[in-house]
Amino acid sequence: MSIINTSDVLQTVQMIESQHLDIRTITMGISLLDCAHPDIKVLCENIYRKITTYAKDLVKTGEAIEHEYGVPVVNKRISVTPIALVGGSHDSDEYVQICLSLDRAAKEVGVNFLGGYSALVHKGMTVGDRNLLLSIPEALSVTERVCSSVNLASTKSGINMDAVALMGQVINRSAELTRSTGGSACCKLVVFANAVEDNPFMAGAFHGVGEAECVINVGVSGPGVVAHALKSYPDASFDTVAEVIKRTAFRITRVGQLVAQEASRRLNVPFGIVDLSLAPTPAQGDSVAEILELMGLERVGTHGTTAALAMLNDAVKKGGVMASGHVGGLSGAFIPVSEDAGMIAAAEAGTLTMDKLEAMTCVCSVGLDMIAIPGDTTDETIAAIIADECAIGVINCKTTAVRILPVPGGKVGERVDYGGLLGSAPIMAVHPESASAFIRRGGRIPAPIHSLKN
Amino acid sequence: MKAIITVNARDNIGSMAALSSLLAACNVNILDISQTIMGEYFVMIMLVDYSRCQFAFDELRNKLTELGSQRQMNIRIQREDIFEAMYRV
Repeated sequence: MSIINTSDVLQTVQMIESQHLDIRTITMGISLLDCAHPDIKVLCENIYRKITTYAKDLVKTGEAIEHEYGVPVVNKRISVTPIALVGGSHDSDEYVQICLSLDRAAKEVGVNFLGGYSALVHKGMTVGDRNLLLSIPEALSVTERVCSSVNLASTKSGINMDAVALMGQVINRSAELTRSTGGSACCKLVVFANAVEDNPFMAGAFHGVGEAECVINVGVSGPGVVAHALKSYPDASFDTVAEVIKRTAFRITRVGQLVAQEASRRLNVPFGIVDLSLAPTPAQGDSVAEILELMGLERVGTHGTTAALAMLNDAVKKGGVMASGHVGGLSGAFIPVSEDAGMIAAAEAGTLTMDKLEAMTCVCSVGLDMIAIPGDTTDETIAAIIADECAIGVINCKTTAVRILPVPGGKVGERVDYGGLLGSAPIMAVHPESASAFIRRGGRIPAPIHSLKN
Repeated sequence: MKAIITVNARDNIGSMAALSSLLAACNVNILDISQTIMGEYFVMIMLVDYSRCQFAFDELRNKLTELGSQRQMNIRIQREDIFEAMYRV
């Protein structure tokens, strides 16, 4: 072929057809700051109207791009301004009404998730923040497509332990209210340290206050493509392995950049960032765990896993960064247990434990993600898990998150199925010893010394 | 406006003729073709210009898919930019 190399074309077709290369999400960020109103009915109407106007062509455009480039655009989603900033003057019941309006708007425009039922409380909580946090269990149990996130800590401000304690209760309560579906509300709820303002991935997407009126962010994926590339190098040194991952990440991210630019042009909305993440799905051959195992680990979770993940995460960033004009979001490897066939198998075999996952979050792009735990886990234990994860984020100046799923009535070793992209998860053990006295102290863990950079 | 058409199918008489007739009927200009036979299968890659095509991209794509299912060929059309993006720095 004179212009395009034949093997390149076939390689791309193979990546899409058999290695699960896809654009994981085109996420439209929409500012709702101008929707605030003291009358809750007007506020809800403002929000509904703005979202359904701005995002009316989002799904259609995503589908058109998918057809023309032949690369699946799996999800079309929306992120909005943290709702606590929009509904500050309202009480918890009224917040639930806002959430219902968001859900209605999401259904109207046809997106499968809308993120931003959120509050940023890393230093302290306003009355509005607190009301939003308290409304989360009901809000998530009466809606289908709205995702909620709360930023509890930052390197600059430390860890808000009062909010951490409160979120332990909120998570358990959310699970309880959706008992019939295994506590599925918690799949739509994530807490952060150092949350980013332009993350296109759910459940943690929100449209930060420093963002423009409306913006297009794109999240790419492709663990299967990386795994396939590595299969040709079973005995190569890490120097070679890193190069292979970088080259592959570059190609994946270029597709993301192309799609982002095209979506931005067609929707007449500025391009924000490409999030160059390796996001697994429960499908066979679309697993981050498989990549780590191909590096030479018998099973993910064994000794060496953290080093393997660190290398993978770094190589993905290095390969992707040159492929895109603006890299942002979380960018790295995700390790959601229930969404990754290899992680599920390792957890069921007992090789992958909560403690190992925590260690892995020191070097991956996010945190403890989609981990089912027993239903009798106390609020304080959940809060303590969150506190540990926040500490990792705060001290290492990185984003960490906890999306943990207490399964009401569930016991260790049982399996819970959330369906679709959310997958199914074995219930994993947490330490039975109490951290109640630690959590009860409350207050704020001060910011670390290296936050004082000015 | 350029696109790449990839075809893989069991080798049989008339497949190429059917595909090129369809493209001609749609005013799609074939710029370059590369084809190899692997055992019983043939794999073909075609660079085409569809700027004078009277149909929208999606319609053209559907016509190709329809032809593919009639003749047991897997036909895929993608805009050329995606290959440019992935393999050119």
